[in-house]
Amino acid sequence: MHKLASLLFALGLAFLLMGLAAQLPLGATPMGIGADILQRTPSEIGSANIVTAVVLAYRGIDTLGELTILFAAATTAGMVLSPAGGAAVRKAREDAGLVLRAGSDLLFPLLLMVGFYIVLHGHLTPGGGFQGGVVLAAAFFVSFLARAEKQPSHSCLSLIEAVAGAAFIGIGLAALLGGGAFLQPLLETGSVGALISAGSLPLLYLAVGLKVGAELASLLAHLAE
Amino acid sequence: MMAWMVLLLVALMLGAAVLVLVFDNLVAAIAAASVVSLLLSLVFVVLAAPDVALTEAAVGAGLSGAVLALGLRRLGLIDLIKGENNA
Repeated sequence: MHKLASLLFALGLAFLLMGLAAQLPLGATPMGIGADILQRTPSEIGSANIVTAVVLAYRGIDTLGELTILFAAATTAGMVLSPAGGAAVRKAREDAGLVLRAGSDLLFPLLLMVGFYIVLHGHLTPGGGFQGGVVLAAAFFVSFLARAEKQPSHSCLSLIEAVAGAAFIGIGLAALLGGGAFLQPLLETGSVGALISAGSLPLLYLAVGLKVGAELASLLAHLAE
Repeated sequence: MMAWMVLLLVALMLGAAVLVLVFDNLVAAIAAASVVSLLLSLVFVVLAAPDVALTEAAVGAGLSGAVLALGLRRLGLIDLIKGENNA
């Protein structure tokens, strides 16, 4: 009965979306700003990945809003999920099976490298702080699942999260003090495609990556305890 | 060519989505839900949106599956060590 109801609901939703999609002027440009951004990004921002230019430079304050929402959600989940008696009441865990232990030993350095690569190349290739942060959180969570003696240090994770969040806002405020707008890109744009280019965008994405990674690792650890 | 690839992926996605409803084993249902996200990320790759594809693969296929499994374990519905339903 439940399954039938959810199937009916999904079909109704699909019908609604199809009705909406039939009215859309497909192929026409709804807004002319895209071509403008494509044209201006190389000289104004200097990032090879246009999406990053939009996310951090043209719409930086939206990203700050996303970070705030994620922060609120992770903090609330941590408050609700953490055991009342603190570390003492946590259940003793056992080591996981051979497959997970060997797999986590193999995967941990690889995941760490891929995560930092995605974060630090956010202004050059697809990806960035959010995606890389999730990969970093997954790296630490896999090793936490595999070994019983690996306890996440929640104070260390919150410290990383706080410093990274403050750094993001600090870079924004530095632009404000320098006479520009809040979160306006700072520093030289450099040559498009170089690792050190696009001004302060890599720094902002590093802050985002560390913050998201620490937040999600702490959330997953809370859930698993 | 691209349309056929997208159609194939969407058909596979629909199949996996139906499996989520059909499976009695909750761990298998979560795995099927992750497969839906993984295939969706492939659709994004075909549609030349690699940023969105990365997000979908990391969050949709990886993180949300882990969160679902851990949530079900907290509720006592599955035992992740044995991989069996307690319900």
